[in-house]
Amino acid sequence: MQAPHLTLTGIRKSFGGARALECAGLELHRGAVTALIGENGAGKSTLVKILSGVHQPDEGEILLDGKPVRIADPVHARRLGIAVVHQECLVFDNLSVAENLFVNAQPATRGFVRAREMRERASVVLRDLDADFDAGTPAGALSIAQKHVVQIARALVDQTRVLILDEPTASLSRRECTELFRIVRKLRAAGCALLFISHKFDEIFEIADRYAVFRDGSSVGAGVLADVNHDELIRLMVGRPVAQLFPKVATTVGSELLRVDHLSRTGEFADISFSLRRGEIVGIYGLVGAGRTELAQVLFGINRADAGTFTLAADAAAAGIALVPEDRQSQGGILAFSVAANIALPNLATLAPRGLCSHRAEADLARQWIDRLEIKAQGPAQTVQNLSGGNQQKVVIAKWLARKPAVLILDEPTKGIDVGAKAAVHAVTSEYVKAGNGVIMISSDLPEILGMSDRVLVMRRGRLRGEFSRAAATSELLLRAASEA
Amino acid sequence: MSATARRWSESARRDLTLAALALVLFGAVTCAFPGFAAPGNLAGLLDDTAILIMLALGQMLVILVRGIDLSIAANLALCGMLAALFNRALPGAGVVPVLALSLASGAILGAFNGLLVWKLRLPPIVVTLGTMSIYRGAIYLLSKGAWVNENEMTRGFLAFTRASFLGLSTLSWLALGFAAAFIFALRRLRVARDMYAAGGNPEAAAYAGIDAGRMQFIAYTICGAIAGLCGYLWVARFAVAYTDIALGFELQVIAACLIGGVAIAGGKGSAIGVLIGCLFLGIIRSSLPLVGISAFWQMFINGAVILIAVLLSARSRVHPRSILETPRP
Repeated sequence: MQAPHLTLTGIRKSFGGARALECAGLELHRGAVTALIGENGAGKSTLVKILSGVHQPDEGEILLDGKPVRIADPVHARRLGIAVVHQECLVFDNLSVAENLFVNAQPATRGFVRAREMRERASVVLRDLDADFDAGTPAGALSIAQKHVVQIARALVDQTRVLILDEPTASLSRRECTELFRIVRKLRAAGCALLFISHKFDEIFEIADRYAVFRDGSSVGAGVLADVNHDELIRLMVGRPVAQLFPKVATTVGSELLRVDHLSRTGEFADISFSLRRGEIVGIYGLVGAGRTELAQVLFGINRADAGTFTLAADAAAAGIALVPEDRQSQGGILAFSVAANIALPNLATLAPRGLCSHRAEADLARQWIDRLEIKAQGPAQTVQNLSGGNQQKVVIAKWLARKPAVLILDEPTKGIDVGAKAAVHAVTSEYVKAGNGVIMISSDLPEILGMSDRVLVMRRGRLRGEFSRAAATSELLLRAASEA
Repeated sequence: MSATARRWSESARRDLTLAALALVLFGAVTCAFPGFAAPGNLAGLLDDTAILIMLALGQMLVILVRGIDLSIAANLALCGMLAALFNRALPGAGVVPVLALSLASGAILGAFNGLLVWKLRLPPIVVTLGTMSIYRGAIYLLSKGAWVNENEMTRGFLAFTRASFLGLSTLSWLALGFAAAFIFALRRLRVARDMYAAGGNPEAAAYAGIDAGRMQFIAYTICGAIAGLCGYLWVARFAVAYTDIALGFELQVIAACLIGGVAIAGGKGSAIGVLIGCLFLGIIRSSLPLVGISAFWQMFINGAVILIAVLLSARSRVHPRSILETPRP
């Protein structure tokens, strides 16, 4: 085989203290589709951002046709012929398709856009792709699949030689995927080097020629896809020793605390039934978009279910359910508030029964939790904004635990926080269930799910696709159930 | 950051800086014109600034919950006209019904803004731009464009604002009373805490069971009630009511809030800051004639002060938020 078109070696990248890429490498060949595989948090997105010039690597080398390059910014990446089709579909809804294709690169004479030329060139590219819409259509009127085509067309206008598809099929129907793959094959035949990121193994085997596997920010395997099978890829993805990080305390599982019966919400999840008992941690595993967060929002009362019911045990109804949401900055805490005010916020009914707040009572409560969770803050008055991610998360957990709920739902409780904070979160969770409460832990972190759960439920595309006891659950089984092999 | 710097919270530090600036300005003017610090002159300064202080406190609440009230001056003018017409129609009724009427009518106008923002989820700036014109137009319809002059107002109606106690006018006492009430309420009341939360992060507030829209409604209603009260006070103080009173005053009110350190994106601000911001503007306004600068420079200077205040707060900010700012990657 010829030399790779684009080679990355020894890429390192840290954000603050968190290491996103440890020792990552990648080779992309002309006329080949390379699949990039890895768990959430393995460093795939960071690599994409480095390739598209959004981030600079701390260390490592990027070779384009054997010559070292430094991708300074997204405009530079575009000029080098590297383009990304984003999962989130970055298309300007208020502009026409033609205007979208030439954003920031309009053919112009002295600042005046040559509109006709732009439209004609756009039409040519769209015809090449057999698109079913024309260049004058407002992009806002297109479907998600069509917007993907617009992004690919934009890449073609730029004479792209390296095209990165970041989970392009996550929100496409089967038919739309087939259409997308037809375009991908066409580009491959034209000599383009493609990087295809996906969690879906069937698609990977359908479209890719080569593979690269990332785990914890490092490359752990790469080669020709025909040489491996599905099981070997999964083993590469998860094959780490599960660290003894999880202070799982043996508890006696008691009576039923929460029963969920055929709960559904249109477009989000359907027919979910399970029960949670006292002293139990039920883990919910699944890929991003499986409907886990949406389920939590319904259980917590942010949204309503369309069908089905959920009931708390009679003696637990008053204590209720609390949710530590996935996004601690936008949903969890008020960043501009002090630690004390954040912890007090859901507890003001107890702390300020007559509507009058007492700063001393709030500070006392905060001090208790600062000690208990070992929150590294200068005191109750410190603004949450100035805390590290792990300590912010501890504050959010404290504010809900202080309410003493019967059921606590944790949505990705340790996402993006350091190992020490992780251990503290796990310790307090164990302590809390030991007192006879129940926890539903949503997590995409396999070791965490395996280490902490008494039972694991797996969700895929809004439905429950498996239930595993603590003894029976393994990384391979969970991943297979979650990713529809 | 050192431990001593930490002892003051971010907002307290901002208030202190502003107070220091106001004192420097005050000191400079006093050095040049010793008469400026005379008790009589200071009482006059407070009297002149009193209505601005009350309005700015109301406006602050609205900005705190990510709103803005452009109709505040039009509300004032409409309620002032209502008070004047009521007094003309029932001269024997006394001041208490006038006060009640102006508070109530202002609250209704404010609540109307609040309902549109809360229930219909319309953008605050558009809603109040609309009601600003509606309320102004309503004055014209009520009065048929005619003025209500001093000779049509009763003695009690006029005397209320001018009565003096311990050397300060009723207006000044009202402003100080409102400021004290706001300082206490914003620190201690649960509903105020909910407002800060709703303005700081509406989504997280919703997760904590706070309805951010309802908080906006409450803020608009309180702001409206204050504007209504100020309507009567304004008319009584200047002894005239007509369509265009306080025209454009909403901009001064918003300016005072911004100078006082209220974040235009919501969630941050203190009553002390607003009070000092108003006094700051008051000092500038009353010293301009002394320095021999035309009062027409007032607007220019207000604008410059706002820009400087925004510049200072933008530099000290950790997490930029954007409602009126352009986000940059």
